Amino acid sequence: MNTALWQRLDLWARNTTPFGIAVLLVILNVVPTSIPDYAAITPTLALIAVYHWAIYRPNLLPLTAVFALGLLQDILSGAPLGVYVLVFLTAYGIVLSQRRFLAGKSFMIYWLGFAIIAFGAGVESWVLASIWNFALLDFRSLFFQFLISLGLFPIVAWMFMRWQQAFLPQD
Amino acid sequence: MDDQRSSSILRIAAPLKSLLQRFTYLGLIGLAFSMMLLGKIDAVLVDRVRAEVTNAVAPILGALSRPAQTVSEGIDNFRSLTNIRAENLALREENLRLLQWQSAARKLYADNSALRALLSAKPEGGARFVTARVIAGSGGAFANTLILNAGASDGIKKGQAVLTDQGFVGRIAQVSSRSSRVILLTDFNSRVPVLVESSRGRALLVGGNTRRPRLIHVAPGARVTPSDRIVTSGHGGAFPPGLPIGVVAAVSDGGVTVQLFADYGRLEYVKVADFGLKGLVAKEP
Repeated sequence: MNTALWQRLDLWARNTTPFGIAVLLVILNVVPTSIPDYAAITPTLALIAVYHWAIYRPNLLPLTAVFALGLLQDILSGAPLGVYVLVFLTAYGIVLSQRRFLAGKSFMIYWLGFAIIAFGAGVESWVLASIWNFALLDFRSLFFQFLISLGLFPIVAWMFMRWQQAFLPQD
Repeated sequence: MDDQRSSSILRIAAPLKSLLQRFTYLGLIGLAFSMMLLGKIDAVLVDRVRAEVTNAVAPILGALSRPAQTVSEGIDNFRSLTNIRAENLALREENLRLLQWQSAARKLYADNSALRALLSAKPEGGARFVTARVIAGSGGAFANTLILNAGASDGIKKGQAVLTDQGFVGRIAQVSSRSSRVILLTDFNSRVPVLVESSRGRALLVGGNTRRPRLIHVAPGARVTPSDRIVTSGHGGAFPPGLPIGVVAAVSDGGVTVQLFADYGRLEYVKVADFGLKGLVAKEP
């Protein structure tokens, strides 16, 4: 009975996972790790999610979801409210416009694209937070954040790829 | 037939949809900017919202931070096993030194209380402590804050001092019912009146989102040299005097930087102290 309903529910559950995983990444971002000095250079993991889903399944991570992610990131990390919202929205918009170029390319291109986006995001957040505080903030820790997220990107992106192949319906 | 019709609908609908999407995009960007502005205009409201959302996520953070802690404790255990012999030796030596200090401290304590009685000095009030677990922390370019798993229902109030066994680390900035946020001394918005312990020179300790905060407004004529201890001064009445903070790391033309006692990357439990001081935050709700 009601197989259609179950199928719809199942599809709905699968389709919400990109957003769910991204929320989890935001929360994981602030969990204390006790690694010396890691707190200062914790990469913004959710940016990887925004980048990946903007290329492969933008319909599953719509604008409002990106907005919500940024807001949660701002609130939990203690950054000025709105900074990560703007950063995520900008990254999403740029990636979406370059989607045709990036989708289905080799991993190196995919990685390079993220490098450019992540660097832009770092600069943007630095400029925004500096204006908000009326002071020049320290850029070095942001740069290390950028390097760490570049290093973590293949691992997280690989998991997204596998997830997408295993659980999400084809586009 | 149907196909044709739907494709013609699509032809009209697609640009409309992209237009709508563009509007949503610009609208959300505008909303983000107004949120930044709101944070400047009404910081109290934004703090309230932040505290409530944090409160809602606190149980998840509490659960997630436990395995992370267990892993790091395991690594620590392993590491300490490898150099247990050397550590034992060092501890024995330290113990001997501390025993000497203990007798000195006992003598000083007796002297001190006798002299206090002679002068009938006003006693400092005792403190009440709440121990809380650190369930989230963020450091870096924008903020250096911690989230604790204790809040207003545990007696925590805004402005209270946060301590570890190594000394003073920050103050409570936001409180909700079951969680609270600590602004660390390294945070960009942290300003604490301090004393250079040896010369009693007054100064202000200012965080800059870097590992080492700076001393500014050092009292003219006060001598500051590397390895001087920095303690709270008690000025402003927010914190009691004499809480240890750190040592002077470097003195240069660019300013004085302070190496903090506590390891801010590995705070697991902290004490929130209620010294019964109202201080500068008394007027806020």
